[in-house]
Amino acid sequence: MTTVSLEARGLVRSYGAIPALRGVNLAIDEGEIVAVTGPSGCGKSTLLHCLAGILRPDAGEVVYRGRRIDTLSEAERSRLRRTELGVLFQFGQLVMELSAAENVALPLLLAGASRRRARATALSWLERLGVGQFADKLPGQLSGGQQQRIALARALVTEPRVLFADEPTGALDTLAGEQVLGHLVRLANEQGTTVVLVTHDPRVAGYAHREIALRDGEVDPTGLGFAGVGAGAGVGIGIGAGAGAGKTAAGPVAGTTTSPTTPSNALGAR
Amino acid sequence: MSSTGSVTSHVLLGLLAGGPQHGYELKKSYDEHLPRARPLAFGQVYTTLARLARDGLVAPAGQEQAGGPERTSYTITEDGLAGLRTWLTAVEPPAPYIAGTLLAKVVVALFAADAATARDYLVAQRAAHTARLRELTAQKADPATALSDIVALDFAITHLDADLRWLRTTLDRVAAHTVAAHTKEGSP
Repeated sequence: MTTVSLEARGLVRSYGAIPALRGVNLAIDEGEIVAVTGPSGCGKSTLLHCLAGILRPDAGEVVYRGRRIDTLSEAERSRLRRTELGVLFQFGQLVMELSAAENVALPLLLAGASRRRARATALSWLERLGVGQFADKLPGQLSGGQQQRIALARALVTEPRVLFADEPTGALDTLAGEQVLGHLVRLANEQGTTVVLVTHDPRVAGYAHREIALRDGEVDPTGLGFAGVGAGAGVGIGIGAGAGAGKTAAGPVAGTTTSPTTPSNALGAR
Repeated sequence: MSSTGSVTSHVLLGLLAGGPQHGYELKKSYDEHLPRARPLAFGQVYTTLARLARDGLVAPAGQEQAGGPERTSYTITEDGLAGLRTWLTAVEPPAPYIAGTLLAKVVVALFAADAATARDYLVAQRAAHTARLRELTAQKADPATALSDIVALDFAITHLDADLRWLRTTLDRVAAHTVAAHTKEGSP
């Protein structure tokens, strides 16, 4: 039987007057690799930050393994992120003054491991990611793809139950990105790690088991911005109006703005 | 010569450029190099070879009979090499007409269908493309997948990705156009 790893219930989060999440509900199973997709500004990074306990939602709940985590103190959430959750960003998370091995060992040292044991574990993870030969290099001496594999080693070294990856290949060329994703998916499957992969790229989303599309801060089951348009509503492709109205028009105003004289014209414009 | 026939001929010439082979070997190397293509029938290999031999582009190079049926090996001729070179160096013209079933269907869905039909079609089409993309990506990520296979998978994945992006952009564009049109209408 599958167990739910992470759950969002009615998540709402705004930046000032600008809503980023407008009531997101989702459940992700243990070991599942989910791609959160959508155009820029749809709220996917905000969702990831809320799920990872980095941001607090304004309303709603984040439940991790049956336990509510959005109400935890900053110290408790921070401990959770150190032990059970791993995060991989687009770039810029390695400490440039430390070698690859030292970077990967860092989370273990923070968790109280001995220097020797931390280094040994770090080296084994660098090996698993095919970058063992760069253990004593500084990040600045390595390519973007190599750096990102080291960052992935650092995110996985604590063997988190959930890995959050926000556009992890956004700064890489296709082949380097492919290598990072190949390793990520293979290791996650081996370890049974749950993965929340945020991306706007369909090819990256192709690595996931399932896609959760977001649109204007809400889950969009159609993936095309049609959510909220009732089935058989008989509106024009005011369908389209919903998809493109963006944040200014609240949700899919859809057919309501379409010329009433052309109800069957899906384009809604002549 | 039909254009697909021409492609098959040139692929066979390309394979023979590496050394003489008989029909059965050719069929096997074809499948190895183009593993995701529509499978090449044995019959097509033999008819193509016969045509190439008639045109002097390949020549029989001895027979072999090792227990099984008699097999004729073919070798590429000087003319065949020249033909292969011409084909390889001729730039493939980018398609002159912009057409395709997907394009046609989406356009018709957008202007002719009622909204529910258009929406259902577009959502289902996207789901089918996404599912195929996921399936091909999994095959590509499998360490056992051979290079020629990955090259073919990349080709398919890149095209699916392009279709998906185009679908998304088209809906956004139509929506923006609709909104703009109404804003215009609405203002005095």
